Amino acid sequence: MQTKRMTFPSSWLPYALLAPQVIVTLIFFIWPASQALYQSFLRQDIFGLRTEFVWFDNFERLLADPLYLNSLKVTAVFSVGTTVLSMSLALLFAVMVNRMIRSRDGYTTFLVWPYAVAPAIAGVLWWFIFNPAIGIAPYVLQGLGYDWNHRSSSTDAMLLVIIAAAWKQISYNFLFFLAGLQSIPQSLLEAAAIDGASRTKRFWTIVFPLLSPVTFFLMVVNVVYAMFDTFGVIHATTEGGPAQATNILVYKVYRDGFVNLNLGSSAAQSVILMAIVVVLTVIQFRFIERRVNY
Amino acid sequence: MASITMDNLGKVYAGDVRAVTGVSIDIADGEMIVLVGPSGCGKSTLLRMVAGLETITEGTLRIGDRVVNRLEPAERDIAMVFQNYALYPHMTVYNNLAYGLKNRRMARAEIDRRVTEAAEMLQIGAFLDRKPRQLSGGQRQRVAMGRALVREPAAFLFDEPLSNLDAKLRVQMRVEIRQLQKRLATTSLYVTHDQLEALTLADRLVVLNGGRIEQIGTPMEVYARPATTFVAGFIGSPAMNMLPADWLRGVVAADALSHLPTGADLIGLRPEDMSLAPASDGGLTLEARLMLLEPAGAESHLHVKFDGMDEMFVVRLPHVPQVDEGSRLAFSLAREALHPFDAKTGLRL
Ligand SMILES: Nc1ncnc2c1ncn2[C@@H]1O[C@H](COP(=O)(O)OP(=O)(O)OP(=O)(O)O)[C@@H](O)[C@H]1O
Ligand SMILES: [Mg+2]
Repeated sequence: MQTKRMTFPSSWLPYALLAPQVIVTLIFFIWPASQALYQSFLRQDIFGLRTEFVWFDNFERLLADPLYLNSLKVTAVFSVGTTVLSMSLALLFAVMVNRMIRSRDGYTTFLVWPYAVAPAIAGVLWWFIFNPAIGIAPYVLQGLGYDWNHRSSSTDAMLLVIIAAAWKQISYNFLFFLAGLQSIPQSLLEAAAIDGASRTKRFWTIVFPLLSPVTFFLMVVNVVYAMFDTFGVIHATTEGGPAQATNILVYKVYRDGFVNLNLGSSAAQSVILMAIVVVLTVIQFRFIERRVNY
Repeated sequence: MASITMDNLGKVYAGDVRAVTGVSIDIADGEMIVLVGPSGCGKSTLLRMVAGLETITEGTLRIGDRVVNRLEPAERDIAMVFQNYALYPHMTVYNNLAYGLKNRRMARAEIDRRVTEAAEMLQIGAFLDRKPRQLSGGQRQRVAMGRALVREPAAFLFDEPLSNLDAKLRVQMRVEIRQLQKRLATTSLYVTHDQLEALTLADRLVVLNGGRIEQIGTPMEVYARPATTFVAGFIGSPAMNMLPADWLRGVVAADALSHLPTGADLIGLRPEDMSLAPASDGGLTLEARLMLLEPAGAESHLHVKFDGMDEMFVVRLPHVPQVDEGSRLAFSLAREALHPFDAKTGLRL
């Protein structure tokens, strides 16, 4: 790529043009992030009277804390579950819509709507649907012989938050998959049909491999979403319970910091989260260009 | 190997778009048929109907003795070369060739033998481990050919396979395709809009226009006796001149046109059938003013206005004459060079 060189009439203009972006980043990211980093080395007593500099003690305690390790495990299950569920449903819908000729746009519009719903609203929606007392889903499940109660069963609770979180993300994944499918030349599928591949075989040997860049990109996006963007969903449905069964890392940061007022530990947790984001971003940038390329 | 029989094939797309009407062609075993016609005349549609990629809405199609109207593409035992090659971008050249064989559960050793043989025939043996994007256009074209070849199908279908190549490569590949087809003696249906490709490749030529057949015949038949004014204008370059019979009768001796059938009111005359030499016995002479001389190396195109006509016509000479633009010239031609047509129906008389 050729880089274009701009010459500015005065030397302060380029800095002035950059300033808004830099200021926003400083105020809303760098400053709070460094605060958190600093905070993570401190410990306050319960009344906030005494503050002590404790080096890595917060981190050491965290990694030895069974509750934190549980939260890590819960987050892993939740992220993988949400990603797999939302991506596979989205791919299924995209394949079906892509086969339509006339009503394609209508379906696409419908499938995109959930994306416009705020996470908390989505959470409330699913909270109602799965409410053990008044919800429709438990009623139906009861008829099928399953006794749904996400307030006492940790499996049910996990399923609920996964469904609620995945539902919202299906729209986004669907759009990318649909665009990916439409960019596969029709003639490739025709050639494969002549080459004797059945519909299913064509999907797994031609379409799916050609979608792999999209799939990988979405995988990273979905994991990031599930780990960091689902606070509202958890808060509106299970509040991390029962018995910490859905207490994912982001939610735990909030609980420990703002409810239990353990600011040092909470800050250490957010620093770890920050590190995870950095790693995910690096993975995305490093691999998306290379490995997934066919 | 097999014959292909099209009986009154027709295609109407959704929304009442009629693309092909009443096409009947018998392709003999081992024959190479070229479909030629202007853009949008239904060539690709017809080919894709044979391939099974478009449903057949009218008529019957037989490959060998089987009626294949309702069979899936895979069951028709044909192979197709696409205009954009349609190579699988995520597979190596080897796997591109082997894909169709693997799908048919062929033994690994046999697949290997066939791929190696085809690769050798097409000189792509060195690229078997590469992905399509690492190949030049010409090499991709060969891979596409190879993918058809390894299948050893009953028939090859080609949809403008050379149109993405540069002029020189196109000529080279044209020759190779023809040699290969002759050697393997596989029934082939080849679509092109390039008349030179059509004339050089075909055993028989099918000229299509507006979804209908205008003429079927060997290249020389079609060239020597175009059945309609459309074919006359489409085959041959520069295109045949169309002279009004009334005007022609006024400028030549009365008995010179006596051999033409009655009702012939449009007379075709190929640019290459005129010369500057004096007319021989029984020949005709036409006088004209030279408006533009286009030298083209071994030949030249003269744009002339015949006396009493406002339009320009073309004369093609096998040399570049030493004449000035604006000068008056006399062209001679044989009586047999005139092609009589009925202007109303467009048919040859
Ligand atoms: N899927 C389709 N639906 C409706 N009409 C179509 C469809 N495909 C082709 N047609 C129409 O059928 C006619 C024939 O198209 P076709 O592609 O066979 O032309 P062609 O002779 O191959 O032209 P070209 O030389 O440009 O490739 C055209 O008028 C085209 O608009
Ligand atoms: Mg075409």
